Amino acid sequence: MRDRREFLQDVGRGGLLAALLSSGVLSASQAWAAERNQAAADAKTVDEALRALGATAPTVSEAIKLVTPEIAENGAVVPVSVTSEIPGTEAIALLIEKNPFPLVATTRILDGTEPYISSRVKMQETSKIIVLVRAKTGFFVTSKEVKVTLGGCGG
Amino acid sequence: MGDPMRIRATMTGDVVDVKVLISHEMETGQRKDASGSLIPAHFITKVTAQHNGKAVLEADWGQSISKNPVLGFRFKGAAAGDKISISWVDNMQDSRTDEAVIS
Repeated sequence: MRDRREFLQDVGRGGLLAALLSSGVLSASQAWAAERNQAAADAKTVDEALRALGATAPTVSEAIKLVTPEIAENGAVVPVSVTSEIPGTEAIALLIEKNPFPLVATTRILDGTEPYISSRVKMQETSKIIVLVRAKTGFFVTSKEVKVTLGGCGG
Repeated sequence: MGDPMRIRATMTGDVVDVKVLISHEMETGQRKDASGSLIPAHFITKVTAQHNGKAVLEADWGQSISKNPVLGFRFKGAAAGDKISISWVDNMQDSRTDEAVIS
């Protein structure tokens, strides 16, 4: 355990999260609950993102309701809504398999907040939309393929 | 930055249903301009919402969220007449907070 002075220097340098991680107080899985998980955001594949999120072998679950169109005419604005019926849902992560950076959003479900999120996303091409749920009992996943006629990442 | 967020917060039973429309380019950093140079990434990285001093939403966003994002979420413990505030920060340190009354 680092001494107090070194800990405070770490905070100054890298922020509280970095200091807590290097002092062993905060585990990698708790990184979901604090600052932005930049490693997950920078991941170029779904596998990389899942690893960075600490979800190595998520259980496929039908209790995650993912609503998306089957065909998205405009890949720039694809509506997505997610409701998790998994008890003890703590966070919901949305990924798009074939986007350059698959991790789209991570939402922490706070006390009193429903495990529900809806938004509109950009899809580069026909791809699977993947929802990862972190719950008290572990990691769960579901996915749906969305066909895209006009890609929306502009790249 | 941009126009105020359009926030609609309505009670359905004991749940507040919130819909927000945010004005933001959500530039991915992958598009090129007319001269072929990359347009720098400029997108919202964090969205939070507060009710009575308590956080009711915390989300980390990436560049795959659509331009002029819409966001929907729901929470309990509020009543009509209460205020909620929504804030966002982007990767260029721009930020914005807007409030709305729950109806």
